[in-house]
Amino acid sequence: MVNGIKKTAEKVYLVIILLLLYIPIALLVISSFNASERNKAVWGGFTFKAYAELIQDEIVMGALYNTLLLAGGASLIATILGTLVCIGMINMKKRSKSFIMGVTQIPLLNSDIVTGISLMLLFTRFADLSFVTMLVAHVTFIIPYVVLSVQPKVLQLNLSTYEAALDLGASHLYAMWKVIIPEIMPGILSGFLLAFTMSLDDFSVTYFTKAPGLNTMSTMINAEYRKGIQTEIYALSTIVFIIVLFVLFIINRRSEKAYKQREESGVAL
Amino acid sequence: MKKLGSRLLAGPYLIWMVLFTIIPLCLILYNAFTTFEGRFTIENVMAITDYVNAKPLLLSLNMSLVVTLICFVLSFPLALVLSKYSKNKNSIIVMVFILPMWMNFMLRTLAWRLILLNNGFLNKGLGIFGFNPVYLMNTKAAVILGTAYDYFPFMLLPIYNALVKIDKDVINAAKDLGATSFIILKRIMLPLSLPGIVSGITMVFVPSMSEFVIADMLGGNKVYLIGNVIEQAFNSGYADVHLGSGLSLSLMGLIIISMVIYKFFDKGEGGHGIW
Repeated sequence: MVNGIKKTAEKVYLVIILLLLYIPIALLVISSFNASERNKAVWGGFTFKAYAELIQDEIVMGALYNTLLLAGGASLIATILGTLVCIGMINMKKRSKSFIMGVTQIPLLNSDIVTGISLMLLFTRFADLSFVTMLVAHVTFIIPYVVLSVQPKVLQLNLSTYEAALDLGASHLYAMWKVIIPEIMPGILSGFLLAFTMSLDDFSVTYFTKAPGLNTMSTMINAEYRKGIQTEIYALSTIVFIIVLFVLFIINRRSEKAYKQREESGVAL
Repeated sequence: MKKLGSRLLAGPYLIWMVLFTIIPLCLILYNAFTTFEGRFTIENVMAITDYVNAKPLLLSLNMSLVVTLICFVLSFPLALVLSKYSKNKNSIIVMVFILPMWMNFMLRTLAWRLILLNNGFLNKGLGIFGFNPVYLMNTKAAVILGTAYDYFPFMLLPIYNALVKIDKDVINAAKDLGATSFIILKRIMLPLSLPGIVSGITMVFVPSMSEFVIADMLGGNKVYLIGNVIEQAFNSGYADVHLGSGLSLSLMGLIIISMVIYKFFDKGEGGHGIW
C-alpha cells in the first residue's frame, strides 16, 4: 500500500517536470503555425507561411549556415588538438600532466563572458574580427570538453597491444592509427559531439568575438527577436527540435544495442 | 625504442592554450590595472565596490544562488527516481529529460518570453480559468525562471550520473540492517552522490553568476546584473575597456573565491568529469 503510493508519487513527479520542460518548447512549435501575427497567444488560424518565409530569409538562413559551419569546423579542430594532447600525455611526468590538465580547466572555470572579453581584447589588438576569430574563439572554449572526454579512455588503454603491433613490424604511425585510435574512438566521438553542442549553444563568446554583420543563430535571435521575423524564428525552433529529436533517437538506438550486447556478454559495466 | 605518444603531440594544444587562454587573461589583467594613458591604477578593480556596480553584483549573487537552489531541489528527487528506473544514461527516459538542453539556448529563453509577456500564454491560460493576470515580464522572477529552465539539465545530469554508480548492494545491505528510506537517503545516497552534486552546483552557479542575455530578454532593463554592467562597459557608447576589464577581473576573483569556500566546506573529492 505504502509502496503503491510512493510509486504513484514518483510518476506524478516525473510527469510534472516533463510538462515544465516541454510546455515552453511546445508553445514555440504551436506559435510557428499560428497565423496571428501580433499576439501568438491568440489563435489566428493554421498556416505554413512562417516556413515558406524562413527558407527565403537570408538573415536567418545565413545565421544557420554560419552556426553549422562554425560548430563543425571548431569541433573538428578541437577534437584533433584535444586527442593529440591526450596521447601526448601518456609518457609525461606527473607535473607536466597536471600542468596541462590545469590549463584545460581555465576555460571551464572562467565564465563565458570573461572568455569572450579576453579573446576580444586579444583579437582587436592584433587583427580584425572575422569568421576566423570566431572560429578560434569557439575552438578555445570547447577544447576542454574534448580533452575531458578522451583522457579517461587514454588512461584505460592497454599499451601491450600497441607494443605487440610494433613487434609485428608496424610503424609507430600505423600502430597508432590501427590500434590506439580505434580503442579511444568512443571518447573521441563523445568529445566531438559535446564540443559541437557547446558551440551550437553558445551566445556570450560569439557575441564578443563576432565580426560585424556576421551572425550565428544565437546572436541573430538576440538581434532580431523584437522585430518582425519572430514567427520565422519559431518555425526555425520547430525544425531544430525535430532534428534534435531525430539525432537523439539514433544515438539512443545505437547505445541501447551496445548496452544489451554488453549485458549479454556478461562484461561488468 | 621510441615510446608511444611522443610528447611533441601535446605541442599544438599547449601553443593554442597559451595563445588563446593565458595571453588573453594577461591582457585582462593588464587592462584592469592600467588607465587609458597606460599608468598603473587599482581604481578599475576597486570599482566593484562602488554602489552602481556593487548593487548589480549582489543582485547577480542573490539570483544565481536562488537559481542554483531551485535547480537542485527539483533535480535531486528527479535524478533519484530516474536512477531507479534506468541504469543507462542513453536510455529513452533519461534522454527525454535532457533533450531540452539540445535546443538552442536563445530559443529556450524566447519560449519564456512567449509565456510571460503580459498578454502571453500564461495570462491567457489564467484568464480562461478566471484568475487575475500576473505581470511577471521584466521582473526578477522572470529572469530566475528563465535561467533555472536553461541550466536545469546541467544540474540533473551530473547528479544522475553519480547516483547511477552507487552499488545496489550497499543500499540492500542498509535495508537488511533495518535502515529507513530517510536514513538511506541521508547516509548513503547523499554522501555518495556528492561529487555529482558538486559539479552540478558549479555548472549552474558559475554561468548564471555572469549571465546577461537572459536578464536582457526577460528582465527588460529592469533587472540589471553584473554581467550587464560588464557588457555595457565594452559595447555601449560609453565603452571603457579598462573599467570593463577591472570589473571582469573582480567577477572572476569572486567566482574563484566562492568556489574555494565551497570546496572547503564540501571536503569531498570535488567534481570531475562533466557528464
